[in-house]
Amino acid sequence: MIAVDSRARWQAIKARIITPTIMHVLMIMGVALVLFPVIYAFILSTQTPQEYYRIGNLIPGTAFWENYKAAWERANMPTLIRNTMIVALAVALGKIFLSIMAAFALVYFRVRGGGIIMGLILLTHLLPLPVRIVPTYDLLSGFGWINTFQGLTIPFFASATGVLLFQQFFRTVPTDLADAARVDGAGPLRFLVHILVPVSKTNIGALFLIEFIYMWNQYLWPLLVANTLDTRQIQIGIKQLIATDAVIRWGVLMAGTITAIIPPLIVLLALQGSLMTGLTMAEEG
Amino acid sequence: MSVRTQVFSDRVLPYLLLAPTIIVVIIFFVVPAIQSLQLSFYRVHAFSGRRLYVGLDNFARLFRSEEYLHSLWVTAVFTIFVVVVGLALSLLLAVGASQPLRGFGIYRTLLIWPYALSPAIAGIIWMLLTDPTIGVLTHNLSKLGIEFNRNTNTTHALLFVSIAATWKILGYNVVFFLAGLKNIPRDVLEAASLDGANEWIKFWRMTFPLLTPTILFLLIMNTLYAAFQTFGLIDITTQGGPSRATYLLIYKLFKDGFENANLIGSAAAQSIILLVLVAVLTIIQFRTVGRRAFYQ
Repeated sequence: MIAVDSRARWQAIKARIITPTIMHVLMIMGVALVLFPVIYAFILSTQTPQEYYRIGNLIPGTAFWENYKAAWERANMPTLIRNTMIVALAVALGKIFLSIMAAFALVYFRVRGGGIIMGLILLTHLLPLPVRIVPTYDLLSGFGWINTFQGLTIPFFASATGVLLFQQFFRTVPTDLADAARVDGAGPLRFLVHILVPVSKTNIGALFLIEFIYMWNQYLWPLLVANTLDTRQIQIGIKQLIATDAVIRWGVLMAGTITAIIPPLIVLLALQGSLMTGLTMAEEG
Repeated sequence: MSVRTQVFSDRVLPYLLLAPTIIVVIIFFVVPAIQSLQLSFYRVHAFSGRRLYVGLDNFARLFRSEEYLHSLWVTAVFTIFVVVVGLALSLLLAVGASQPLRGFGIYRTLLIWPYALSPAIAGIIWMLLTDPTIGVLTHNLSKLGIEFNRNTNTTHALLFVSIAATWKILGYNVVFFLAGLKNIPRDVLEAASLDGANEWIKFWRMTFPLLTPTILFLLIMNTLYAAFQTFGLIDITTQGGPSRATYLLIYKLFKDGFENANLIGSAAAQSIILLVLVAVLTIIQFRTVGRRAFYQ
């Protein structure tokens, strides 16, 4: 009796305390491993050379303001943040608008050649920028769009991801909603703006997150088409922090790096709930 | 997917709504892609800009060029590393973080962080960790008797960019694995527990097969990422060196297309070869996973 009792109790202790504790320890180790590089970069961004030459010194240093000030001044950070913010916002919003419009047309109307049009939109996945880079560059030169925001944004406006995401979602929206709107005399655009867009909030959030981060992190295209301070993008600014010194000033470089991480990180933290829900819904759809 | 009865009947409106997307696709995708194909059959003279039709010569030269074949090889090794190591690690982390235990939400949040970083930034951070003089990683490795030097050792250099690229994509993979794991019905796993299956058996017999669509999707997306989105990583860290150890195809394409005017035709041919690679991968993706949204 007593033996059975103590075994049951041991089982309970194992299930409630020991297993979760082991899992927590393992997860903390995993998370630490994944985040260590960023944390280390942050610590270094506060250190003077004397401090970071003591290798493995994980104590935050004394040069926080000095390093960030130097990085901000040398790379013109405020301008770069503004430029990159304009591009990331314009493309994220542009893609959301265009793909909602396209998906709405494809789901709610009889569109002649709808299959071909969808094929054309999906084709964009087969044609990433590297595949068409030289002619696209020449095209933009022809338009006079080198070193302009048009050149940095408009070529990115088509989104197969967005059209598919909204198309899948619109198909799950009950038809009754649209029928009711029509009976009430509301036109298609009114239905789109007042009913469909509000119920698509989660998907809009997910797409915004994906596209904002995607554009914030663009490198190859800005390197080619944005070479003035007025249009230069943040990733290229970071490159300049490396290129200008014979010996890399790691503290300053990491200060620039951390600065460039913060805006997309904020967007990620703010919208990751939408992303997870949006993806779970997309998988079900 | 059910065929929906079209709710609204307007003859013009749907085309107006589709027009912006179609215009962008045609002007910036279809036309330049066709021009790339055309250009791949020509040799362009650097100064006069005159074009000479050379048929398939650009392609033939590439496949005879040791330099190109080397890039192809380096890209294959890099891609396989990123895909295999990246998927295995992120699956492990996601399965751990998805346990229904108290406080695990915070791990799910923290593991997604690297998603916000660019390949270039990932490269810079790992450049710091593996710097020959001040890198904390190289320092500790040398205590173990391993002299890691990405500036002189070609294997180390390729390993360095592979690790940086893998680390960057971890967050993305974890997001999709967590979504996939969330879609596995709890009662299926609980039923297995009642039948006495341990965690190891449950994972390989239940969880893993149910995750197959997610794994296949990520396999393709990770391959595309390794092949196309790693230009910044290379450009900001190794510039293809040392001795071309990290000269990925995407980096070579850029160098030939924009820094050597004589090679524009060759760069176009390289684009077309990449296009064929993407096409094959995308067809595999559509065959295996079906039409599902891609996420950049």
